[in-house]
Amino acid sequence: MKKLREILDKQAGLFEKGGKFEKLYPLYEAHDTLLFTPGEVTRTASHVRDGLDLKRMMVTVVIALLPCILFALYNTGFQIHNTIEWGGSPLDSWQTALYTATGLGFDPDNVLANVLHGACYYVPIFAACFATGGAVEVTTAILRKHEVNEGFLVTGMLIPLTLPATIPLWQVVLGTAFGVIFAKEIFGGTGMNFLNPALTARAFLFFAYPAQISGDIWIAAEAADGLSGATADAFSGATLLAQAAVDGNALVGREGLWMDAFLGFIPGSMGESSAAACLLGALVLVISGVGSWRTMAGVAIGTGIMAVLLNIAGSETNPMLGVPPEWHYVLGGWAFGAVFMATDPVSSAFTDLGKLIYGFCIGVLVVLVRAVNPAYPEGMMLAILFMNMFAPLIDHFIVQANIKRREARYA
Amino acid sequence: MLEHYLSLATKAIFVENMALAFFLGMCSFLAVSKKVETALGLGGAVIFVLAITCPLNQALTVAFLQEGSLAWAGLPNLDLSFLSFLTLIGTIAAMVQIVEMTLDRYAPALYNALGVFLPLIAVNCAILGASLFMVERDYSLGEATVFGLGSGIGWLLAIVALASIREKMRYSNVPPALRGLGITFIVVGLMSIGFMVFSGIQL
Repeated sequence: MKKLREILDKQAGLFEKGGKFEKLYPLYEAHDTLLFTPGEVTRTASHVRDGLDLKRMMVTVVIALLPCILFALYNTGFQIHNTIEWGGSPLDSWQTALYTATGLGFDPDNVLANVLHGACYYVPIFAACFATGGAVEVTTAILRKHEVNEGFLVTGMLIPLTLPATIPLWQVVLGTAFGVIFAKEIFGGTGMNFLNPALTARAFLFFAYPAQISGDIWIAAEAADGLSGATADAFSGATLLAQAAVDGNALVGREGLWMDAFLGFIPGSMGESSAAACLLGALVLVISGVGSWRTMAGVAIGTGIMAVLLNIAGSETNPMLGVPPEWHYVLGGWAFGAVFMATDPVSSAFTDLGKLIYGFCIGVLVVLVRAVNPAYPEGMMLAILFMNMFAPLIDHFIVQANIKRREARYA
Repeated sequence: MLEHYLSLATKAIFVENMALAFFLGMCSFLAVSKKVETALGLGGAVIFVLAITCPLNQALTVAFLQEGSLAWAGLPNLDLSFLSFLTLIGTIAAMVQIVEMTLDRYAPALYNALGVFLPLIAVNCAILGASLFMVERDYSLGEATVFGLGSGIGWLLAIVALASIREKMRYSNVPPALRGLGITFIVVGLMSIGFMVFSGIQL
């Protein structure tokens, strides 16, 4: 440790005012504070003594994300191998070439093989996302003379998890750049934005390149032709949500499917398929107090109530109305969005009651979009973005109500 | 019937939001969205004017302006639709004036709160836009009322949300070149991505 400190201290002169690389100071500062607790204290009024700074907070979220990432690695490979076992063929891509070079076969029961094949898809996307985001972050930090923030650490983890494995890397780069620049940096960086940057990146890609991010692209392998019945449903590459929109019985009738969906052995965006992994993350976030349980509870309650209402209303022509609430919880990006996206402390509501209302509205909207909007099978992303927009308004009214109550009390 | 009106209202409020799906009424949308309270006031006035002018313009169009609508006066071949822009905006301006005078006389507090924005509504393109949409889509009198009301509510939602975001952005550190209108335009663009959640809903 001491050695490391010495190395850093030796370089400090180069980067401080008057040094050779004065302009690159944010870069030095980022590494320094990542490795050591900064010795600086607040100079002006309002002193907060707390071990929890932005860095620790963000690192907690990263830890909470680990189960999702590990599962993403496994499931991406598992889905490919499973499809191949049912007669599909691997994609003609450089990722496949990279994987076959390891010499492991396409065996869905081999955990190591699954993880390695998944990594061939996940790691490049992850690297592209981090390289872009890091470059944008450092450039703006230098241009605008603020510190490099850890906000991007989380954004960069979230973006790859919401993408399908087959997305071209240049789209990852473009989406990440759009999200980080237009949803965050333009407002001054971490903590000053009003939309969730990761979701904005995802939404940008969704609307700009629908062919690569919606439809039957969720498994990185070619499905076999001529499979019939349930097996074809399971391996055509369509997500369960898309199947449910076509046929209401696609979900409820099939045995063991709910458990598969809960654990995540289903096609979908890389990190979003497993509700169980998200639940683990939720535990970490709630226990550490980093993520708000109010938001998560609000989303769950909203989804439950709305789903039950739609179940009661029912419809002959629209099978999505009949999907029971426990299915809404495990399908698509619901769990991932509720745990990691909706709880973003910057873009969600700030007040306690506000968080509940904000979450509740997200829950209601998700079910509504899934059920009545034929344009999108999944609504989590846009529902959260929509409520991001109204979060400041919810806060505004709650704060005004508080002020009024206090005035009445002391008048 | 009620269901039809309800779906028409939902469509006007969310799916085809005047401000964030059609980008109508931008001038006051951008200019009067600095504070939530004034935004609420202006939004209220817009709802009021829309709910009155839409059915009124519908009645005028059906009775006088459409091709053949003057048959009741013995002139079945007359087509006055070239006068529709003039008539519609004239109605709107007159209505706004009447609303203004009424408010001045009977609700001076609200009148003072709205200030200059009330007469400005006459040139708000969301109002004319709603009337034109209404003519184009052949709405009935009832539909026109619901559509006007819904468009107004949608516009109010959008401007109040924008105002609250701009209030929150007081703590942001926007690049100097973008401060003011520039960043507001970007915010409006991002907001319309959020409103895309409703696009594609068939009602």
